Amino acid sequence: MRYLLLKFSTFGAVAAFAAGSAYANDALIKMSENPKDWVMPARTYDAQRFSPLKQINAANVGKLQAAWTFSTGVLRGHEGAPLVIGNVMYVHTPFPNNVFALDLDHDGKILWKYEPKQDPNVIPVMCCDTVNRGLSYGDGKIFLHQADTTLVALDAKTGQVVWSVKNGDASKGQTGTSAPFVIKDKVLVGISGGEFGVQCHVTAYDMKDGKRVWRAFSEGPDNEIMVDPEKTTDLGKPVGKDSSVRTWEGDQWKIGGGCTWGWMAFDPQLNLVYYGSGNPSTWNPSQRPGDNRWSMTIFARNPDTGMAKWVYQMTPHDEWDYDGVNEMILSDQTIDGRARKLVTHFDRNGLGYTLDRESGELLVAQKFDPAVNWTSGVDMNKNSANYGRPTVVAEYSTSKPDVNHTGICPAALGSKDEQPAAYSPDTQLFYVPTNHVCMDYEPFKVSYTAGQPYVGATLAMYPPKGESNMGNFIAWDGKVGKIVWSVPEQFSVWSGALATAGGLVFYGTLEGYLKAVDAKTGKELYKFKTPSGIIGNVMTYEHGGKQYVAVLSGVGGWAGIGLAAGLTDPHAGLGAVGGYAALSNYTSLGGQLTVFALPE
Amino acid sequence: MKTLFGAAMAALIIALCWSSLAAADGSGDPAAVKDEDGKYFDKEGNPTYKVQADGTVDWHTYSGFRRYHSDCHVCHGPDGMGSTYAPALKDSLKTLNYSDFLAVVAGGRRNVNSAQENVMPAFGTNANVMCYLDDIFVYLRARADDAVGRGRPEKHAEKPAAASAAEDTCFGAKH
Repeated sequence: MRYLLLKFSTFGAVAAFAAGSAYANDALIKMSENPKDWVMPARTYDAQRFSPLKQINAANVGKLQAAWTFSTGVLRGHEGAPLVIGNVMYVHTPFPNNVFALDLDHDGKILWKYEPKQDPNVIPVMCCDTVNRGLSYGDGKIFLHQADTTLVALDAKTGQVVWSVKNGDASKGQTGTSAPFVIKDKVLVGISGGEFGVQCHVTAYDMKDGKRVWRAFSEGPDNEIMVDPEKTTDLGKPVGKDSSVRTWEGDQWKIGGGCTWGWMAFDPQLNLVYYGSGNPSTWNPSQRPGDNRWSMTIFARNPDTGMAKWVYQMTPHDEWDYDGVNEMILSDQTIDGRARKLVTHFDRNGLGYTLDRESGELLVAQKFDPAVNWTSGVDMNKNSANYGRPTVVAEYSTSKPDVNHTGICPAALGSKDEQPAAYSPDTQLFYVPTNHVCMDYEPFKVSYTAGQPYVGATLAMYPPKGESNMGNFIAWDGKVGKIVWSVPEQFSVWSGALATAGGLVFYGTLEGYLKAVDAKTGKELYKFKTPSGIIGNVMTYEHGGKQYVAVLSGVGGWAGIGLAAGLTDPHAGLGAVGGYAALSNYTSLGGQLTVFALPE
Repeated sequence: MKTLFGAAMAALIIALCWSSLAAADGSGDPAAVKDEDGKYFDKEGNPTYKVQADGTVDWHTYSGFRRYHSDCHVCHGPDGMGSTYAPALKDSLKTLNYSDFLAVVAGGRRNVNSAQENVMPAFGTNANVMCYLDDIFVYLRARADDAVGRGRPEKHAEKPAAASAAEDTCFGAKH
């Protein structure tokens, strides 16, 4: 009897504990299942950016029109997307990172506004424009990751600060641009500074009071990178002791980079959070011999403890700045007759990866831009000593300092940067906004000063030889690694994509067009020119029985730096006049949310 | 007669002024009058560029192209052409002089008001910039004067021994 009682009470305690932490998780999961809302950066934890809404469909999207608009009051690159929860839309801005709560029941009237006071001295240590990738929601709070690395929790109803913590130090070149992610009862946040020699990390804070729970670095000793030498695996094999530090020379890992400024995905059943790390510091490879782990790596971590279950480094000893931070999209598909739980990732390095998200097994690694030339492919032979490594084409390696290495594809901004792709379970295709640009890259020696850029390379960019389009929007079959269709665009496609059950895919162009294409064929069905180039992510929601599609316009980001003046062909010889289209001939700065709907 | 002469003199003076104005940028007349171990100076003593008839640029202009594209390109765009938020320095140097240029790079600049938040960092403690400041200046000066076009200069003079020595002194043991 007593034995049974004990068992029961233990079970009760366990159940209560599980309910306590699971509640924070379940509530948000349930909210994300409501297609009318958009409660987290990619709508759902699987990061598919797919909406079941189909009031707007391939047959009627041609009639779409601008329904209402909102000016953010800020003129810099607008990345990310708003959240919609019930009748309230939450809009964020680039620096100074204002947050607006708009009342959808009253034509977007401003319910509250949060205007953080940040030291403008953080601006010059943001490498690539003063962007911010958006908000998260959990337990009645809106979470914002500010440029000065403050993570703040705001009461969703009033905008009042509930708690605030400093995640980093701008005087050391550490800044914040990524969206925070609410995972179970925690808020996870990365940090930026790969061009400033920062030893980057992901940190988990308690959602209720902002207490730090764990911090996992991208490089360093085992306890700092939070791996278990025996249990954490890399392509099925334990990573072993000192898996990171033994791939760096001396103390170089302390200014090693591996920054975490991208997106996260979460599988509640496997209890794993997925994200990627960025480039190792410096851009001069000869200053950091070794594989530089775990930069350029896909991490699968337990969100409660922070411990890594598996890792996979995509670009060992990076020589091109191919950050690995792009989104991790979770899907369940059948490969070779077997139902698999997958994670798909379109890397800066031009390879589209499909892995088993439970074990970290590598299933597919194929080029999603035919121009990619730095690698002849990834060794997929499980018995090979180089299993999982990309074979570097010697001609496109940049290992020699003070030598200008020419014709490397993709350019440092990658075949795709942070702009997230979408996945449609209806078509089983991924929809990917891509860059189609190559580069000359010359590394040279640089010295490190805290808070100052630590780059060490110079580069020139141009479209691939013989081509003039700088971007393509593609449909990709991740089961086999093939491009299904490809729509050329004059400029790199720098917006996040949206796929819907209406058989549509939406994306924005750098000239400022919001476009809708047929999900099966890529045929353009609608376009509208918004006030400024689009680097935001298209989203959709329903209000008052009507479906809306919304996107932020405001040119900037790396596209606004590298493409504003137009690219030139460095190999055209002396006296070559002109070059390729200049973005500054199509758009200038802006800051606007445009919301589209079908006519009444 | 007097009026015609006066008009002719006025036209001549205007022509002379115009021709000398056309050959001046923010630092004055860029013509190289002194050569110190492959580094060139104008008549005011400001660093300047030297481009041969066949397009060969002096070492310091070439070095400036490389160093500009390491630390300045990330905000100011390729070839001094500007970005969506930072000015085109190929235009700025048409009116910005050498000492003001040094001051801005070393000390930074803030344009923060209700319409914009543009902040340039102070590079004064950054050896990767300060040790090549004259090089970056002469490159941008050449761009402002259209003496050098966009892109990497195809031909450049050999790196003078004095330039290597200056680098070593500037970086000290670290380099």
